[in-house]
Amino acid sequence: MHGFANPARFLRMARWLTPLLLALGLVLAGTALAWGVFVAPADVLQGETVRIVYLHVPTAWLGMGGWTAIAVASLSELVWRHPLAGIAARAVAVPGAAFTALCLVTGSVWGRPAWGTWWVWDGRLTSMLVLLFLYLAYTALADAARRDGEGASRVPAIFGLVGAVNIPIIHYSVLWWNSLHQPPSIALGQSAMAPEFLVPLLVSTVGFSLLFGALVLMRMRAILAEQQAEARLRRKAMA
Amino acid sequence: MTHEALNQWTYVIAAYAVGLAGTAALVLQSWWAMRRAEARRDAVKGKGPVRNGES
Repeated sequence: MHGFANPARFLRMARWLTPLLLALGLVLAGTALAWGVFVAPADVLQGETVRIVYLHVPTAWLGMGGWTAIAVASLSELVWRHPLAGIAARAVAVPGAAFTALCLVTGSVWGRPAWGTWWVWDGRLTSMLVLLFLYLAYTALADAARRDGEGASRVPAIFGLVGAVNIPIIHYSVLWWNSLHQPPSIALGQSAMAPEFLVPLLVSTVGFSLLFGALVLMRMRAILAEQQAEARLRRKAMA
Repeated sequence: MTHEALNQWTYVIAAYAVGLAGTAALVLQSWWAMRRAEARRDAVKGKGPVRNGES
């Protein structure tokens, strides 16, 4: 793990891993979505709208998983001072925010025919909206810290750790409070879903996760390249 | 029944249109930002052409 904190070693690995994750992610996610729309059956209760699950659940998983990654990277940055940890956290923020927003939009579009309303202020929906605001605040903080110099990067790292308190709230919200949102259908080792729904959902989740990995690598490479260019320009200016 | 089914597909298509467009935009923006930043770094290092507006 510590070995990958070396930027040069990371770049060597990222150069071949980025297109591999991108291609695998696009193929798996595309196949799963086509499977969900054209092959998987409609649900007895929800009809055709159940097909939104193959898009909605991966985006929700990645919205929550993204912040978990920010929290782990922030902890690494604060405790072990890994040079890549802060860059990784910054790289996760925009894709995490985008997938959280997509989760909210697809959930709202699903909620209209399923619940008869676009939005309710219940625990699950509200905590997901809070997660989107946390991502936006983190992005603003990280940008400000980057402009102010390296010492200020501790502020977004602390924010990334503190914000992680929202993740268990999102997960348990449907159990703690009354909600229109259904309780978890999938847990470790067990599922309330029939295999004809579960298999394309799992394939879609894996595909979108690989795509998310490729997005994070691309953004890390962009941040590293910007830093290297700026460092080179500073050295040239001082010479 | 037919009217209800059509309505349901409208919601499915809307969700997929938003989801796929958003994902595609994110992938293209990230790829473009990476290529642009790496091209600028290489140009600064003297490995490639320096584009307009880049020193």
